[in-house]
Amino acid sequence: MAKISRRSFLKAAGSASVLPGVIGTGGLGVAAAAGPAPKTPLLFFTPHEAAFIEAACARLIPFDELGPGAVEAGVPNYLDKQLGGAWGAGERLYRSGPWQAGTPSQGYQLPFTPAELFRNALRGVEADLKAQGKVFAALSGDDQDAYLKSLEAGGKDLNGVPSELFFQTLLGMTVEGYFSDPAYGGNKDMAAWKMIGFPGAYASYYDLVDQHGVKLARAPMSIADAPPMEHMHQGPDIPAKL
Amino acid sequence: MAQRLKEVDVVVLGVGFVGSIVAKELAASGLKVVGLERGDPRDTVPDFQGPYVHDELRFAVRKALMQDNTREAVTFRNNAGQTALPVRRWESFLPGTGLGGAGVHWNGQTYRFQAADFILRSHVEERYGKGFADPELTIQDWGVSYADLEPHYDRFEYLLGTSGKAGNINGKRVEGGDPFEAPRARDYPTPPMKEHYAGAIFRKAANGLGYHPYPQPSSNLSQPYTNPEGLQLNTCVFCGFCERFACEHYAKSSPQTVILPVLLKNPNFELRSGCQVQRINLDSSGKKATGVTYIDAAGREFEQPTGLVISALFSFNNVRMLLLSGIGAPYDPATNKGVVGRNYAYQTMSSAQAFLDESVNINPFMASGASGTMINDFAGDSFDHAPHGFIGGSYIGAINTNGRPIEYHPVPPGTPKWGRGWKEAVARHYNHTVSMTIHGSSMPRRANYLDLDPTYKDAWGQPLLRMTFDFPQNDLKMAQFVTDRAVEIGNAMGAKVVAGSPRKGPYTVTQYQTTHNTGGTVMGADPRTSVVNPYLQCWDVPNVFVIGASNFAHNASWNPTGTIGALVYWAIDALKNKYLKSPGALVQA
Repeated sequence: MAKISRRSFLKAAGSASVLPGVIGTGGLGVAAAAGPAPKTPLLFFTPHEAAFIEAACARLIPFDELGPGAVEAGVPNYLDKQLGGAWGAGERLYRSGPWQAGTPSQGYQLPFTPAELFRNALRGVEADLKAQGKVFAALSGDDQDAYLKSLEAGGKDLNGVPSELFFQTLLGMTVEGYFSDPAYGGNKDMAAWKMIGFPGAYASYYDLVDQHGVKLARAPMSIADAPPMEHMHQGPDIPAKL
Repeated sequence: MAQRLKEVDVVVLGVGFVGSIVAKELAASGLKVVGLERGDPRDTVPDFQGPYVHDELRFAVRKALMQDNTREAVTFRNNAGQTALPVRRWESFLPGTGLGGAGVHWNGQTYRFQAADFILRSHVEERYGKGFADPELTIQDWGVSYADLEPHYDRFEYLLGTSGKAGNINGKRVEGGDPFEAPRARDYPTPPMKEHYAGAIFRKAANGLGYHPYPQPSSNLSQPYTNPEGLQLNTCVFCGFCERFACEHYAKSSPQTVILPVLLKNPNFELRSGCQVQRINLDSSGKKATGVTYIDAAGREFEQPTGLVISALFSFNNVRMLLLSGIGAPYDPATNKGVVGRNYAYQTMSSAQAFLDESVNINPFMASGASGTMINDFAGDSFDHAPHGFIGGSYIGAINTNGRPIEYHPVPPGTPKWGRGWKEAVARHYNHTVSMTIHGSSMPRRANYLDLDPTYKDAWGQPLLRMTFDFPQNDLKMAQFVTDRAVEIGNAMGAKVVAGSPRKGPYTVTQYQTTHNTGGTVMGADPRTSVVNPYLQCWDVPNVFVIGASNFAHNASWNPTGTIGALVYWAIDALKNKYLKSPGALVQA
């Protein structure tokens, strides 16, 4: 299936969680203290930081009739868990000095781990907004977009983090959380996969690959949906279902 | 203080494709062989099994099977006027680690180079004249011919069970195969894979333009196969998790599926994993290796004496091992003297995307790592370069190895980077785009080289390898020319929008291109311009052989694994039939 209708998405996700202005269970829940949705605990972000992240995610990948936005898909929760874990602490990042700015072709050369990068940049964002007398989450969508574009355009120093670097990191990780396996806390109900028609983690397409143009209508499968067997040796004898 | 171990006949550094094949042959001939592997031991069962292997974030984005750059990185600069800085996170290229090496997570694309590649300097001068190639290019002949290597290409392909369609058997043109390939003695061991939809659309468009589409040679197999080692492979199911992933289906040829089970059974072989080799030790003459020093996973240092060292590491590490060991003169671009680190080359990668009508379901996720359809009409020396002013070329193919959405969500030029417009474009085009790979040759130039970094160290305190590299103008011209041809193919598909992205300079380490890093321990007949002789034996230290893509004098239009495999069996033939019978220099300098 190429995409889902708003109606079927609402049905799948539970209508209460996707109405504009209501924070769903996939979000961080910080602004929904009064609501019935269960909260997702924060492991990394302060509540204040989370309010910015959640509002920013909602602009980066907004909810619309095509499918969930980043918030409905649980991306803020994904970011919180990634930054609070090994990735945030600098997993797979060469961290020895000396430190010096390189050329653009030399890539990332700051001493910050991803967690440090977010923490410093978010403090910088907070100070920047405060100086302008603004609270990001309270701005209109257009004004939020304009502020995000000012970060994207660069030139602001967010506590040592260039704003364009922070923006690109936030955007990149938002896309990761949106499309990664739900095991990581985003892509809730595989709704982002359903939106584009990606069938997920497991499949044998031996019988389908030469049925050119075939429309695959079956539901996607996540790692958690995989049959509970110790070893999976899929073979062409296991038929794929349309 | 290093603990000195009992001497063995052979020490193999790195147990990837090269190391496992060499070790298997030498152990089978009765020698005591130790294989030193820095990474983990791992096998299809239990390490590559479900459900966790199909995790795009962990393996493709976070690169779980790659070398850990918290411990070991490389430094990079575009030119010698800059200060090289560490590649703090792998992006442009992804060196692997662990038993089986990159052979575990490769895509299975298995090519031969053209005959002209092995005599590149002579061929270009003969066909186009002495002044034709840009004088900054340090192209040279390899000291080995395609005819020398043909039986060894054949042996490697039959080890892997490669699925494909020959285009030229003993000089006779075979319909449906690649008409530009050098003659092969027989067809591929297994027939081509099924053609996916993107490949079929590409085939039709390329045929219409008079080109010669053929099925990409694949070591993800089209049918069950038992290789000459007695090991069995399964049919690939097109799950779309090949490159950066290990295969749980026994359908991808890897050291684990095609050779390691035989090697690990031989009592003459001992695998030691978690061992970081620090250097090859030389005697006081500097002309003979006496053993290697390594540090194990618990931090203990050992000296392993041996009579023969085979350096079977990834290209970067072959170069670095020689530099750390003081074997061969380091290359100096200022004087153009020295050899180790010289002729580093890469691959010139471009792309084009054809955005098709919404009614056309491409299903990009129904794919294997090598099930594309492609043309060699603009690769290598398939075409007359005289009007174009460059040498080399690119294959163009609808390769389409996967539809994993974090990294694959094509959108047309001009699409917003985020927000509603981005999301709409992702949903609109995900299943309706044909992505073409334009896989180009990389010519060495005098200013591009590898040496040891003066500042940055690895976790063991040893200098990192330093890469100085930028694209030659020759290669950028080539990329533009071939990308224009790919855009024409995209237009012939009836695409509404075709976006061509020819590779542009400067080279950047921030964007994935390929891990086909080559050169630095180049083979050749002249010790002034090569590190190893035509049998891959060090000119300066004859009981050290260096084998891998680091032997390439330039990088051709095709993926390197097939040629690495041919070089391995070529070197084994020389080791068994020449060197072991009479140890010493096989070629007099």
